[in-house]
Amino acid sequence: MNRVAQAPALDSQIPAAPEQDRQALLEIRDLTKRFSLSGDFLEQLRFKGGKLVRKQEFVHAINGVSLDIQRGEALCVVGESGCGKSTVARVVMGLLSPSGGEIRYDGARIDSLSSRQLLPYRKRMQMIFQNPYASLNPRMTIQQTLEEPLRLHHPDWDRQKVRDKVEEVMASVGIAPDWGKRFGHEFSGGQRQRIAIARALAVDPEFIVADEPISALDVSIQAQVLNLLMDAQRDRHLTYLFITHDLAVVEHFGTRVAVMYLGTVCEIAPTATLFATPRHPYTQALMSAIPKLEDDRPQHIRLSGEVPTPVNLPSGCVFHARCPHANERCRIEIPRLIAKEDGSQVACHAVEEGRL
Amino acid sequence: MSLLNVTDLDVRFALRQGEVRALRNVSFSLDRGERLGIVGESGAGKSVAAFSLLNLIAKPGFIAGGSIRFDGQELNGMSERCLRKIRGNRISMIFQDPMMTLNPVLSIGEQMVECLKAHRRISSREARTIALHKLQQVQIPSPETRLDQYPHELSGGMRQRIIIAIALLLDPDIIIADEPTTALDVTIQAEIMALLLELCEKHNVGLILITHDLGVVSQVTQRMLVMYAGRVIEEGPTREIINDPQHPYTQGLMNALPQMATPGERLNQIPGSMPSLSKLPSGCAFHPRCGFVKRADGQPRRACHDVIPDFVESGNCRVACHMVAEMLNGEPSLAKEETP
Repeated sequence: MNRVAQAPALDSQIPAAPEQDRQALLEIRDLTKRFSLSGDFLEQLRFKGGKLVRKQEFVHAINGVSLDIQRGEALCVVGESGCGKSTVARVVMGLLSPSGGEIRYDGARIDSLSSRQLLPYRKRMQMIFQNPYASLNPRMTIQQTLEEPLRLHHPDWDRQKVRDKVEEVMASVGIAPDWGKRFGHEFSGGQRQRIAIARALAVDPEFIVADEPISALDVSIQAQVLNLLMDAQRDRHLTYLFITHDLAVVEHFGTRVAVMYLGTVCEIAPTATLFATPRHPYTQALMSAIPKLEDDRPQHIRLSGEVPTPVNLPSGCVFHARCPHANERCRIEIPRLIAKEDGSQVACHAVEEGRL
Repeated sequence: MSLLNVTDLDVRFALRQGEVRALRNVSFSLDRGERLGIVGESGAGKSVAAFSLLNLIAKPGFIAGGSIRFDGQELNGMSERCLRKIRGNRISMIFQDPMMTLNPVLSIGEQMVECLKAHRRISSREARTIALHKLQQVQIPSPETRLDQYPHELSGGMRQRIIIAIALLLDPDIIIADEPTTALDVTIQAEIMALLLELCEKHNVGLILITHDLGVVSQVTQRMLVMYAGRVIEEGPTREIINDPQHPYTQGLMNALPQMATPGERLNQIPGSMPSLSKLPSGCAFHPRCGFVKRADGQPRRACHDVIPDFVESGNCRVACHMVAEMLNGEPSLAKEETP
């Protein structure tokens, strides 16, 4: 089954984009990513009915995702585990190569570059990972950790200049200068995440991909790190691609939100619009499931069943089996993202037909 | 007299560097059918508090003092043999990670039957019927097939449902749930919490829910404890604490939530992080992070630095804070215990 061909191209269905939209910092078009489950060539061979056949199975992690990230905004991607949000982040950073589609950074394609060709882009885009216990090299001091990206990207800088820069970055994220001589294991989760942020900021990037940067932290520490990310955005004019499953954080932090389900984007909207009027049935269910402080008895929308496996994707709309509004068309035809007048885009037949 | 009464529970860990006190003077009670939430950040001692109720503290930890009275029996110091009759039978537990809780080499049915037969004298066939009935209660689709499946064949949400079914198997009086939905997605979490709430209400089962999620506590429990660095610092009806937290730490925790701030503006963070239990600050363990260590007139409140605060009653809540005590009585509360 070739889903790539079925996945709709975004350009064809939304009205001509206004001028500033064409200058998006990052453009993702029809991105797909499959992971093979079948091993190498010999492992794919099977005997079937006396014949030798080759059988391949894939995890369809991303199926035709198109996103634009504007300069200076924080685009949040939300969804449940397995929806492909982290894969999007990794493909954008070039840590995984896409199976199909295009990624343009500042107008230039970066999806098929060699690691040498990517080097100048790596200086402009940096990543912050979820687990600060795993993302710092345990054998390097903090000073070494922070100097490494500078030495790589500025081979012409002398020692003093590198040290000055490290000092400046450490001060800007609230790290005491004497931390430099210590190792990662000596710090708490929140402190390590500060160090990871400092490492990302050291080369003065303009774009930061943050993959669940606060999920591993305690509530009071989450607020500290989120504030730090917001300060950095204001002071350094950063653009964020922010991956999270926490809708409360999204509402606070995001300029726009993309909701993903099973490898596809089901809704993109400005944050305030999305939280005021979620349109896609999945977005509505997701929002109603957040435990709220105010009311005692939640009335959340119960979805039937569980997220299907991304190995055998459902036909039509990937959400149809759990959707309370699904009809025959939803089971057959893949919905396209359709732009609404309030700036949101929704991929849902029911919304399109006005049933919802 | 409540069903469960915990008084002055003191749990220590004997480490090479010396003894670390994981819990100090923790007291709470639970009535029949009541739902209690224990809230705190990692390292606050909330899991230790729950585990020590059934003496599930692994070495080098041990219960150094205090009393745990359950239905007229003293659980602290009870023999393993007697405790085993209570564990899983009258007080059962739900752990955080559903994959770690289930035995991967036994089918779901075998695990449920094993549990039933350990506590009751019944035949395997009767046990299987009860198991099936419990699986139906937790709304598992096609329960009969599930009985013969192994844990790896089921999704995370399904596994947690089965664990709830096992926890309910022997009609316990109390279920202790330690972060039961932390490993699950938000839509699955909502379903599991709704199910747990419904079953506890229907069968009049008490629930001790340990979580760091204030939203979950607010929706499920009637009373809550807030813990910080091994102590209870605030206790009272959930709604009252959520609406009007008294302790500066509880206030800070609530205010740090993104929901509490205007979108796009800085969050009200609590400075610093929780101290290590082996290096607790003097006096109130929260004082280095607290914004109220100075009095209104600008003078430092010495008691915060020097004396561990005792509980004061404030409405229906108990709060361990010198500032709150001063506002209520005009003078700081002085704890019975001396500063370590």
